Amino acid sequence: MSEVRYTKDHEWIRLDGEIAVVGITDYAQNALGDVVYVEVPEPGKAVTAGGEAGVVESVKAASEIYSPVTGEVVEGNEALGDDPALVNSAPMAGGWIFKVKLADPAELDGLMSEADYKAFVDGLE
Amino acid sequence: MPAPQTLKQTPLHDLHRDLGAEFGPFAGYDMPIRYPAGIMDEHRHCRAAAALFDVSHMGQVVLTPDGGGMDGLIAALEQLVPGDIAALRPGRQRYSLFTNARGGVMDDLMITRREADLYVVVNAGCRDADVAHLEAHLPRGTVRLLEDRALIALQGPKAVEVIARLDPAIEGAPFMSARLLSLGGLDCWVSRSGYTGEDGVEISVPADGAAALARLLLSQPEVAPAGLGARDSLRLEAGLCLYGADLDPTVTPIEAGLAWTIGKRRKMEGGFMGADVIMDQLFNGPPRLRVGIRPDGRAPARAHTEIVDAAGVPVGHVTSGGFGPTVGGPIAMGYVTPEHAADGTALGLVIRGKTHPARVAPLPFVPKGWK
Repeated sequence: MSEVRYTKDHEWIRLDGEIAVVGITDYAQNALGDVVYVEVPEPGKAVTAGGEAGVVESVKAASEIYSPVTGEVVEGNEALGDDPALVNSAPMAGGWIFKVKLADPAELDGLMSEADYKAFVDGLE
Repeated sequence: MPAPQTLKQTPLHDLHRDLGAEFGPFAGYDMPIRYPAGIMDEHRHCRAAAALFDVSHMGQVVLTPDGGGMDGLIAALEQLVPGDIAALRPGRQRYSLFTNARGGVMDDLMITRREADLYVVVNAGCRDADVAHLEAHLPRGTVRLLEDRALIALQGPKAVEVIARLDPAIEGAPFMSARLLSLGGLDCWVSRSGYTGEDGVEISVPADGAAALARLLLSQPEVAPAGLGARDSLRLEAGLCLYGADLDPTVTPIEAGLAWTIGKRRKMEGGFMGADVIMDQLFNGPPRLRVGIRPDGRAPARAHTEIVDAAGVPVGHVTSGGFGPTVGGPIAMGYVTPEHAADGTALGLVIRGKTHPARVAPLPFVPKGWK
């Protein structure tokens, strides 16, 4: 399993073989507040880097989830249908949003490392 | 309209910051949206115990009679609202509406009759227009906006118990009544009313004592702070209208399901703005009606979501929608054509291009917590 990479839109992505897992960061879930609904992408959906891939809704608002990479969705996290709050309680584990087959794994190199993302978030305050 | 350069602050702004609030702009004020507990917990705490809200952004207005006395003042005010204000006894409060010549709602407001004046609370976003409207129609010199008072709402099943600990004179005050209390040594005008569907009070307090009173209330074991996020989910569950969302100048009181705010005498006599349109709709039916809506699934339908009938034909729009923490699912209010307004009617909500099944549901979504 490779290291986790991050986007400026506060998604994380972790490559596991040919497939990458995508979710939102702890910073993002905290900013959103209590998550009450997640619209995960259907398997087979083509996503592009920076393009819409789903929606996370908190009590107060809906926020789009952007795909960190270009590729094809292989699975949405069905567990979020019954328990959307997993995004709050375990954003980088059970609260993952979708799995994607990357068109070009080299795209990951353009994303932030954990240290870069940390610095990026610190700079937002 | 360009956004103002700087947002106004209420007298409790420093307290909110100390409590760890996340702020957001609302009606020109920098207001607490939520605290570290989060909207869900703040909402549930209000339904279970007592939640403290800063609503100092709202407009507090006193109408003091001139030579025409209270009767003359009330007669002048009744031209602007369809409520029976003349029937209010001193210390009693009424929910009412400013209507326009087309029968639309210019604002919703609370009117309390006191011994020697009327105390009125209006929405922050309408305050300046409301004051101008009152000044244009009431005798000169009778309208005074209170700029030196804050407004704190304490809401929930334990709220009155907490207030009684500070001043037992709250006991026996019926819902929708108001009286002068001494809370923490401060003269407070306290209404037993609210915007959450729970029992509770709204406290008008001198601005320079507001933070001390809020801290005193927060030091009571039952009380936790709640922001505008929880205030919105609470009022939506209670089926209460938000001005600017569920009510606006194009919506009549009849369409909004607020015919109950029109006094029986006022229905007979008319004499308020837009009475011809409103009375016609009362007797012949309005072109649309406000309804409660329960989506079958879990996707919330936000304001402006299109509502369609079972055949997919548009029949209205959602005006308020989100998640109801006490209901445990999505809830909404919106306007539909009268033939689709009966409880249980199957509707569709078009969310991000997909139609989600829903049904018309009775309001409120939760049982009322006041008597």
